[in-house]
Amino acid sequence: METIWYAIVTLMLAIFVALDGFDFGVGIVYPFVTRSETDRRMALMSIGPVWNGNEVWLIAGGGLLFFAFPKVYAAGFSGFYLALILVLWLLIFRGLALELRSHLDHPIWTRWWDGAFSGASFLLAVVFGAALGNLIRGVPLNHDGYFFVALWTDFQPGPEPGILDWFTVLMGLTSASILALHGANYLAMKTEGDLYRRVDLAGRFAGWSAAGLTILALLAVPVVQPSLRLNFAGHPLEYLLPLTGSLMLGATLYFRSRQRDMAAFLASSLFILTMLASVACGMYPHLLMSSTNPALSLTAFNAATDSYGLAAGLAWFVVGFFLLLAYQICAHRAFRGKVRLDAN
Amino acid sequence: MTSALLYDRLQFAFTATFHYLFPQLTMGLALLLLYLRSRALAAGDEAAHEAARFWTKIFALSFAFGVVTGIPLEFQFGTNWAKFSDFAGGVIGQTLAMEGTFAFFMESSFLGMLLFGDQRFSRKIQWFASLMLFLGSWLSGFFILATNAWMQHPVAYRVSPDGRLFVDSLWALLTNPWLFWQYAHNMTAAVVTGSFVMAALGSFYLLSGRHTAQAKTYLRTGIVAGALSTALMIFPTGHGNARQVFEHQPVKGAAFEGLFKTEHGAGLYLVGQPNLETMTVDNPIEIPRALSFLVYDELYAQVKGLDAFPPEDWPDNLPLLYYSYHVMAGLGTILSAVMGLALLWLWRGRLFTTQWLLWLLMLSAPFPYIATTAGWMTAELGRQPWLVYGLLRTSEGTSPLVHSGNALFTLLGFLGLYLFLGILFLFMIAETIRHGPEENGHQHDAEPAREQAWAGRNA
Repeated sequence: METIWYAIVTLMLAIFVALDGFDFGVGIVYPFVTRSETDRRMALMSIGPVWNGNEVWLIAGGGLLFFAFPKVYAAGFSGFYLALILVLWLLIFRGLALELRSHLDHPIWTRWWDGAFSGASFLLAVVFGAALGNLIRGVPLNHDGYFFVALWTDFQPGPEPGILDWFTVLMGLTSASILALHGANYLAMKTEGDLYRRVDLAGRFAGWSAAGLTILALLAVPVVQPSLRLNFAGHPLEYLLPLTGSLMLGATLYFRSRQRDMAAFLASSLFILTMLASVACGMYPHLLMSSTNPALSLTAFNAATDSYGLAAGLAWFVVGFFLLLAYQICAHRAFRGKVRLDAN
Repeated sequence: MTSALLYDRLQFAFTATFHYLFPQLTMGLALLLLYLRSRALAAGDEAAHEAARFWTKIFALSFAFGVVTGIPLEFQFGTNWAKFSDFAGGVIGQTLAMEGTFAFFMESSFLGMLLFGDQRFSRKIQWFASLMLFLGSWLSGFFILATNAWMQHPVAYRVSPDGRLFVDSLWALLTNPWLFWQYAHNMTAAVVTGSFVMAALGSFYLLSGRHTAQAKTYLRTGIVAGALSTALMIFPTGHGNARQVFEHQPVKGAAFEGLFKTEHGAGLYLVGQPNLETMTVDNPIEIPRALSFLVYDELYAQVKGLDAFPPEDWPDNLPLLYYSYHVMAGLGTILSAVMGLALLWLWRGRLFTTQWLLWLLMLSAPFPYIATTAGWMTAELGRQPWLVYGLLRTSEGTSPLVHSGNALFTLLGFLGLYLFLGILFLFMIAETIRHGPEENGHQHDAEPAREQAWAGRNA
C-alpha cells in the first residue's frame, strides 16, 4: 500500500512537470520568440485556458504528499523553508502576470507583466530542478526527522550542503533547458508563420542545450548519490526507464528538426515522465535521503500514514482521479488546435 | 510566547485572512451566477445573461487572487507548522488531499471554459460549466471547513503509540457534527458577501446613471438573495453555531461573551469593554437573562463563566476575541436590517428612486467582509490555546528548526507583497467597473467586440 502511494504521489508530481512544464517553457522562450504584440497575445492565448489546471497538479500532488506521507511533508517543507516561500512568491507573480496582463492596454503594464511572467517561469524551472537535485543528493536529517538547509553554503554537495550547490544548480539549469524545449514544442503546435519559425529555432537551440546538460547531469548523479545506481543494479529491468528516456530525448530532437510538432511534443513529454520515473525508481523507497546517516532517511514505510488511511484514500482517489482526468481532457480538448486571434 | 511562535501565528493569520477576502466573494457569486444563468436559459432573460457575463469577469478576478493567495496556506502547514502537520497529518491530510483532487480540478477546468468559451460553447454548456463551478467552489469550502471543524472538534481519530493521530473513520470525519452548523453558517456568509457586492454595484451604476437596466438586475438579485441569506445568517445558522460552542467549547463561549463569572440567568452584553484587571465588563449595556435563554432556552439556566476553567485553558487574547465576536454579531444584525429595508422598498417599487437607500447599499459593501473576518477571528482566537482542540497546544505545533528571523522575514515579505496585491485587485476591479457590462446582450457577436472578447481574455 505504501508503495502504491509512493507511485501515486510521484505520478501526480511527474504529470505536473509534464503539463505545467510546457507553460513554464513557453514563459522561458517567450521573450526570445515574440516580436510584436500579436505574437505575445498568441503565445499567452496558447496556455491561457489550461495553465491554471496544469498548476493544480502541483497543489493536488502536494496535498496527496501531505496525506500519504505527513512526516515527509513536515520535514521537507520546513527544511526548505526559504526556498519554498520564494517558490510561493514566484508562483503568485507568475499567476498574476497571466491573469492580469491583458486587462489593460498600456505598454508599461504589458511589458512589466511580460517580464514577470518569463522571469518567474525561468526561476521556477530552475528551482524545481534544484529541488529534484536536493532530493537526489539528500539533506542533513536529524534524529527527530527534521532538518534546515541554508540557501547556499560553499556550493559543495557534502554532508552539510546548501539548497544550491554545483550539483543542484546543474540540475536547475538542466530543468530550465528541458522545459524550454518542451514549451517550444507545445508552442510550435499552436502557432504559424514567422512566430512559428522563431519558436522552431528556439526549440532546436533549447533541445541541444537540454541534451548537453542532461548528459552532464546523468554523469554527475552517480558521483553525488551512489545509492541510486545500487537500486538499479538490484532491478535490471528498471534500466529500461532511463533508456526509454534517452531514446525519447533523441526522438524529440529528431522530430523537432523534421518539424513534426505533435510527435516532438509527445516525445518531450515522455522524456520528462520517464526521467522522473527513473529517479523515483532509483530512490525508492526513499522520499528524503539523509546526507549524514542513511538510517535517518525518511522512506515510504517509516513516513506513511496508517494502513486504514492509505486504504480509504485509495478508494476515493481512484474515483477522483477518473473525474479529474475527465475534466482535464475536456478542458484541453475544448481548446485544441492552432490559436487564432480574430484580429485583422 | 516565543517570538518564532508569534511570527508563525501572525503569518498564518494574516495570509489566511487576506486569502479569505477572495473566496467568500467567489463562493457567494458562484451561487448568484448559477441563478442568473438559469434564468437566462429557462426564461430567455437577456439582461440576466449579460449580467452573468459581466459578473463572471468579477468572479474570475476574485478567483485568480483567491488561487494565488490560497497556495501559501497549504504550503505553510509544512513550512511553519511542521509538528502540527506530523501530528495531525494522518487526519487532515485526508480532507486537504480530497479538496485538491475533487474540487480544484473541477473549478479550474470549468472556469477556463466559461472565460475562454464565450463564443465557442452554447448557453447550455455555459450553464453546465456554471453549475460545475458552483459545485466545485462549494465542495472546496466543504473540505476546508471539514478540516477546520476537526481542529475545533476532533472526531474519528485514534492515537498511535508514538502519539500521532490517524483517522479511523473517513465517514465520521466528513460528517463531524460540528461541521454541519459551521458549513451552513460560513456558506450563508459567503452568499451575504456576494449579495451585498452585487447590490452595491447596482446602486453605484444607478446613482451614477450608467448601465441602469443592468443595475436593476443586480439590485433585484442582490437584495432578494441578501435578505434571505442575512436572515439565515442569524437564525438558524448563527444560533446553531453559538449553541455548539457552549456545548463543546464552553470556555470559548464564556470568553467571547465576556462572562467572567459563572451565573444563573446570565445576561447578554450588547456593548462594553472587558477589563482583565477587575475581571468584569466595563460600561456594559446588557439584556438581562438573555444569554441563559439563548443557550439553554431557560431564563435562569446556569452558564459557566471563565472562572470555571483553569486560566491556562483560556483563549490567550480575551479582549480581541470579545471584540471580534461583538463586531461579527453586531454587523450581522445591522446587515440584516439593511437588506430587510431594501427588500421592503424593492417590493413597494420605490427602491430605484430612493437615493439614501441606494447610498446605504453602496456604502455597505465592505461590511460583510469585516463581519466575516471578525467571525473567523472569533472561531480561531477562541480555539486558542489549542491548535487541535484539547489535543495539541498551538505552542507545540510549529516547525522546530525554523528560526524566528526566517519567520519574521517571510512575514514581512507577505505583508509587502499582499499590500501590492490588494492595490492591484482594487485597481483591476475599478477598471472592470469603469468598463462596465455590455448594454445590449447581443452586441458581443459583432466582429470588433469579438476580437476584444478574445484578446481581452487571454488571462
